[in-house]
Amino acid sequence: MTEVDSTRLVYSGDGPDHGDMAVRARRSGVWFYAETVLRGMRAFALPILLYAVAQPVLYLVALGVGLGELVDRGTGPVGGVDYLVFVAPALLVSTVVMSVSAEMTFPVMSGFKWNRLYYGPVASPLEPSQIALGHFTAVMLRFLLQGLVFWLVMLAFGAAPAGWVQSVLVVPIGMLAAAAFGAPLQAYAATLDDGFQFSLIQRFVVMPMFLFSGTFFPLAAMPPYLHWIGWISPVWHGTELARWASYGADLSWGMTALHLTFLLGCTAVGIWFSVRTYTRRLRS
Amino acid sequence: MPGVISARGLRKTYGDVAAVDGIDFEVEAGESFGLLGPNGAGKSTTMRMIGGTLDRTGGELEVLGMDPGSERPQVRAHLGVVPQQDNLDEELRVRENLVMYGRYFGMSRSVLAAKADELLAFAQLEAKAREKVVNLSGGMKRRLTIARGLVNEPRILLLDEPTTGLDPQARHVLWDRLFRLKETGTTLVVTTHFMDEAEQLCDRLIVVDHGRIMAQGSPGQLIREHSTREVLELRFGSARNAAVVQQLKGVGERNEVLPDRILVYARDGEAALEEVAARGLHPVTSLVRRSSLEDVFLRLTGRSLID
Ligand SMILES: Nc1ncnc2c1ncn2[C@@H]1O[C@H](COP(=O)(O)OP(=O)(O)OP(=O)(O)O)[C@@H](O)[C@H]1O
Ligand SMILES: [Mg+2]
Repeated sequence: MTEVDSTRLVYSGDGPDHGDMAVRARRSGVWFYAETVLRGMRAFALPILLYAVAQPVLYLVALGVGLGELVDRGTGPVGGVDYLVFVAPALLVSTVVMSVSAEMTFPVMSGFKWNRLYYGPVASPLEPSQIALGHFTAVMLRFLLQGLVFWLVMLAFGAAPAGWVQSVLVVPIGMLAAAAFGAPLQAYAATLDDGFQFSLIQRFVVMPMFLFSGTFFPLAAMPPYLHWIGWISPVWHGTELARWASYGADLSWGMTALHLTFLLGCTAVGIWFSVRTYTRRLRS
Repeated sequence: MPGVISARGLRKTYGDVAAVDGIDFEVEAGESFGLLGPNGAGKSTTMRMIGGTLDRTGGELEVLGMDPGSERPQVRAHLGVVPQQDNLDEELRVRENLVMYGRYFGMSRSVLAAKADELLAFAQLEAKAREKVVNLSGGMKRRLTIARGLVNEPRILLLDEPTTGLDPQARHVLWDRLFRLKETGTTLVVTTHFMDEAEQLCDRLIVVDHGRIMAQGSPGQLIREHSTREVLELRFGSARNAAVVQQLKGVGERNEVLPDRILVYARDGEAALEEVAARGLHPVTSLVRRSSLEDVFLRLTGRSLID
């Protein structure tokens, strides 16, 4: 075994500049923590990638091509386009929003409780707010990848007729929808002491959002007393924007502004509460 | 010169509970300073206030001339922290844990590559560099946590119960590493409820209980001030201890009755034992030993350190 010169391990006067470290942490701390979360995801890189590819392929084959055949023959094109084209951008938005519900529940719990992961970096120059934002940023980057893959699969299926310059906007739109649901969820998860509420969220929030947000049929096709689910659902707001991007569905400026405001508003409120909760909890 | 850490009237309350109830101390550069106290004494609370992760309720606190309540990131950049509960990233490998932690201090990957090798050697974990943290033993995790705390070449290393929960062999390996740090002049602040750990590692310490300082000084000083040089331990069987103690009046300077034994405090333990025999008392077992910090604590609080 090599013996080390332990004098080099500790501060000797000519070592690193600690003041400088604090400055760098203040400037880039969010990114430093995001790096750690991404590193952790790398252990699951293969499953994440397989999932990112297999999911759109399976959905588009089953719902777009399979079910689409029936729908197109039965009721005729929905929204003026083939069912595959109609459903594809909505599926992109739904799947990233569904995925965010996994990323912003158990991993947050693990940060505060199970593995106490957040308590390591709080003793470094990072602030709790940077840990909250770093976690959020890493998750969003994951959805950048997942959204890009989904979009490429859409192109391959010919399911994004607006052309790639416009249709690539489905990727940031998907990320924004994921943020609008993920940020408040992160804030909520940060207040909990165990994870048993998460299965309730899955059943009573995520599933209804998936089914009643105009993903498979236009919101207008549902009885009016169910419309409110769409109005408060990031999936619906995201889907409306994504349909415009991917095949040029009708969308007024007013509605565009409304959808964007809703999604950005939910994101901002979520982030604000997350930062507050992380700070309160990690500093008490 | 003021110390690297100085606390005056430091307080932390949770609702009605005063976890730290007005304590004063100074830590000098290069010394190894201890907080010795039982469960719930307020050791971790004090450490977290020094470490800038917990706001104090009152009093003054300065770390390297900064206020850890308002200059939190700056203070933390200068410190190394080994928390009571390990919080290593179990999804990352051993080496990655060091590198990622160094990133939080804005250190570059090239600097960290060399640093991680040095630290792994110091922690005697070179063979485990690519191992997942989950597969490490408790002692190895603890050593890795200490290595992680050194990644930024800290001015002060805070160690909250560094060896609690480890088996004796793992404790000795760890103590050996900490001695090396001490020899290089690193300022160490150590909390513990093991008196042997405090005696081995600390140049100077405060004895805390219920958030207050009961005594302070070097281990030797504390023993001289609050105990006798030797202790005679007598066991008459738990049923008889209390009855026998009446007949021990005047033997040694004073005595203490514990459930399982009687402690007789005396300058000369052997002489005290002869006196006991001369009074016609025949303990089942007897033992003469030197006084320890455990005796100091018992004297100050009437309780044992470990319940
Ligand atoms: N977050 C908290 N909320 C309420 N009370 C707390 C909190 N943290 C600590 N306390 C209380 O403050 C007191 C001191 O706790 P602290 O953890 O500092 O003790 P300690 O000396 O480190 O003990 P141990 O040996 O158990 O680690 C205890 O009575 C504890 O219950
Ligand atoms: Mg403690």
